[in-house]
Amino acid sequence: MSEGIGAPVKRKEDKRFITGKGKYTDDIRMENQAYAAFVRSPHAHAHIQGIEASAAEGMSGVIAVLTGAQLTDDGIGNLICGWAISSKDGSPMNMGAWSALATGKVRYVGDAVAVVIAESKDEAQAAAEAVEVSYSELPVAASIAAALADGAPEIHENAPGNVIYDWELGDGDATEAALAGAAHVTEMDITNNRLAPNAMEPRSAVATYDDAEDHYTLYSTSQNPHVARLVLSAFYQVAPEHKLRVIAPDVGGGFGSKIYIYPEEIVCLWASMKTRRSVKWTAERTESFLTDAHGRDHVTRARMGFDADGRIVGFKVSTKANFGAYMSLFSSAVPTYLYATLLSGTYDIPAIHCEVLACYTNTVPVDAYRGAGRPEASFVVERLMETAAREMGKDPAELRRANFVREFPYQTQVIMNYDSGDFEGNMNQAMEAADWAGFAARKAEAANRGKLRGVGMACYIEACGIAPSAAVGSLGAGVGLWESAEVRVNPVGTIEVLTGSHSHGQGHETTFAQVVAERFGVPLDSIQIVHGDTDKVQFGMGTYGSRSGPVGISAIVKACDKVEVKVRKIAAHLLECDPDELVMEDSQVKVPGTNKALGWHEVGLAAYTAHNLPADMEPGLKEGAFYDPENFTFPMGCFIAEVEIDPGTGKTDVVKFVASDDFGVIINPMIVEGQVHGGIAQGVGQALLEEMVYDESGQPVSGSYMDYTMPRAEDVPSFVVEHHNTRCATNPLGIKGCGEAGAIGSPPAVINAITDAIGNNDISMPATSAKVWAAIRASGTGMAAE
Amino acid sequence: MTIVSMTVNGTAASADVEDRTLLVDYIREHLRLTGTHVGCDTSQCGTCVVHVDGKAVKSCTMLAAAAEGAEVTTIEGVANGELHPMQRAFNDNHGLQCGFCTPGMIMSGIDMVNRYKAAGRELDEAAIRHELEGNICRCTGYHNIVKSIAQAASEM
Ligand code: FES
Ligand code: FES
Repeated sequence: MSEGIGAPVKRKEDKRFITGKGKYTDDIRMENQAYAAFVRSPHAHAHIQGIEASAAEGMSGVIAVLTGAQLTDDGIGNLICGWAISSKDGSPMNMGAWSALATGKVRYVGDAVAVVIAESKDEAQAAAEAVEVSYSELPVAASIAAALADGAPEIHENAPGNVIYDWELGDGDATEAALAGAAHVTEMDITNNRLAPNAMEPRSAVATYDDAEDHYTLYSTSQNPHVARLVLSAFYQVAPEHKLRVIAPDVGGGFGSKIYIYPEEIVCLWASMKTRRSVKWTAERTESFLTDAHGRDHVTRARMGFDADGRIVGFKVSTKANFGAYMSLFSSAVPTYLYATLLSGTYDIPAIHCEVLACYTNTVPVDAYRGAGRPEASFVVERLMETAAREMGKDPAELRRANFVREFPYQTQVIMNYDSGDFEGNMNQAMEAADWAGFAARKAEAANRGKLRGVGMACYIEACGIAPSAAVGSLGAGVGLWESAEVRVNPVGTIEVLTGSHSHGQGHETTFAQVVAERFGVPLDSIQIVHGDTDKVQFGMGTYGSRSGPVGISAIVKACDKVEVKVRKIAAHLLECDPDELVMEDSQVKVPGTNKALGWHEVGLAAYTAHNLPADMEPGLKEGAFYDPENFTFPMGCFIAEVEIDPGTGKTDVVKFVASDDFGVIINPMIVEGQVHGGIAQGVGQALLEEMVYDESGQPVSGSYMDYTMPRAEDVPSFVVEHHNTRCATNPLGIKGCGEAGAIGSPPAVINAITDAIGNNDISMPATSAKVWAAIRASGTGMAAE
Repeated sequence: MTIVSMTVNGTAASADVEDRTLLVDYIREHLRLTGTHVGCDTSQCGTCVVHVDGKAVKSCTMLAAAAEGAEVTTIEGVANGELHPMQRAFNDNHGLQCGFCTPGMIMSGIDMVNRYKAAGRELDEAAIRHELEGNICRCTGYHNIVKSIAQAASEM
């Protein structure tokens, strides 16, 4: 069927975007709308000694200047991290207080201190500049090393030594014993660079308080409006859930950064009640760099041991993770259950031990960014595999092949249970597509042109389909991670699907409809996907962690199962046949080989007229379902990058990039490939270009597009994206998820290629021209090529 | 305050705006044409691209007053009854995901094809990538944007 599962159907949602009719939060204008501008700390760490707002209050257009003291007086609660992680010694994590408007202390540059509400954006900004805050500066710890040094400044009083937790997973003794007995041990220090997510749509919020109903409405750039409502209500006490409607309209990219509830949304809601005005705030890009949760920022020491045959015997990983100044909503889970649990990679490793020390620094909070923990794990594993192969004089592909997990289900030493896969199949496919065998000739040809050519491989695995609720609950999660759906067949046979997932570029309006179209044999155009509004859609958990396919679609399938049962009963009653004889195709419900058939719309109409239904059947045709996954899903793949480096400048060009992924069953290959393209570009950006830099005093150095290098069209090649899929064994359609894969597998592939090209393994991300040039000088490769 | 008059998408528009009002703010806030976006504050991202007298301009870099008397076309004015070949190409090739960069990409794409055609130059993949220097997309990795522009170039 041309519109169903597996068809590269063009997106239904495109028309509004290509004609300029998309509706993003900043496009919304309420009657009676005022604007918020935040007064932000210019210091990374300081006591607030006083706030003098009278000059600002007297300025043109100013409606109110509000501070943290008023926020606290009104009972607005502190921001929280929703995943409890305990240290090795059993002590709980040290969560410091985070007020939406700082009181007492500021802890990073950009920390909000006050807000101005004014008639226009310009007036709000002008008045915000006139609010005088007096600070007494404190010593700053802007990096992991500075925060963990002896005598480091204390950022939160309940976090001695700035330590949030000191956690571990796996068997430490077994791992040390295995490493002690290993024939070869590869040891590396690895830094995973700090990134700014940079969804192209800046965050925005429009809040309205209706005093007649004592009701709030929030338009927000959110990946998960129901979670936002829950958290705003239950933890921040902004309003009870039934008095708060959250709408996430078109959202211009998220990549994790729009999962969290930030101070700005809380403040806009509260200010709308204080001022009885709609309050709008939209970040300028500089504000996005200053306040959107950053990603990554790990420092790791890792040791991988091999026996004489090149089989891995043990793997020890010690990581320090920078959480920034406060614990963001899911921060604690990222370097633990989304990281250490993936350290077995695609390999059969008999002993693994991981320790993670999480710390505060005077920088913006760090949380999940595309991949979240899994790119960091994949980078550690795949850099070690490549390096070990080179140290042992083995072919890096063959070393991987010798260690692949081959039988499923496979229980790793770090919680995860892989359900399916053919890791070698993906590697073979990627090697063929990349013409791995022909690399030596290409390298020689490049050398003739004075270029250093290198090839790098990475076999990533990730855990998606987040997540079985009971399992994550036992690991500290404060929420369940199921998804919900409702399928409504209208009296005329058209269908609305209400989903708790949220699309901010993923194309759910198309893919979700494809699933339902195929299921009921009805046209794609007769199906509407409804999402993103807590007044329309039942509670749902939203979109992150590549969960909308494996979890969100599974909920829709479950609801469709229930609808189908009722459709069959109604049709069997009317056609006087057995429900099991019926098939649904071509907009009909019929008994094949007979003239017994009803139009799909006739079944809908029968359900709603209720003139002739089976005895005891309720009228109507609408069913809901909650789907709680029984396991994570495990997308994996093999990426191969080829680079050419100019030894004179150190400039690296990614000249070829091949991906072979296993995503399980694919609904729309066009959309899936698009997800991979975008992920790879982000990963290439991390590998070559991007880094959020703070100086020692905690001032952000790369806080604009003049300083933070985003990947542009010339920085990436066209990609070769192939699939070698095995069905996921644990959800109804066999979907694994595809949203983060590209960003997970590409950094190690690119760095492995660069280090291959220059013959120097000592290079950190981003591998800028200057770093690569210096590494070439250090290794002497450049001279040889010149 | 200054009275500015220009033609936007074929319709005469006139308003009293502050001297410092940027063209993008005039388009979005006064004319309420919200297809033109703002993605940065340093003139780097290209989500704000419109055509002024037939040429692509980052509307965040231009004062509304500087467009006095000009013919301005925004993404809303590109389709002429049916979709422009560039719009169709973005749909055909999955050249957009979240859609936020898309209006700017389409406006830049049309301008690029027009310029290359006028100069009789071939707009190959390398040229498209080079010409997209001023437009950032975080979603697509550019792969399908390049394909979209190449398709439209062959049809325009
Ligand atoms: S808004 Fe970014 S270039 Fe104009
Ligand atoms: S489609 Fe989202 S930024 Fe380009």
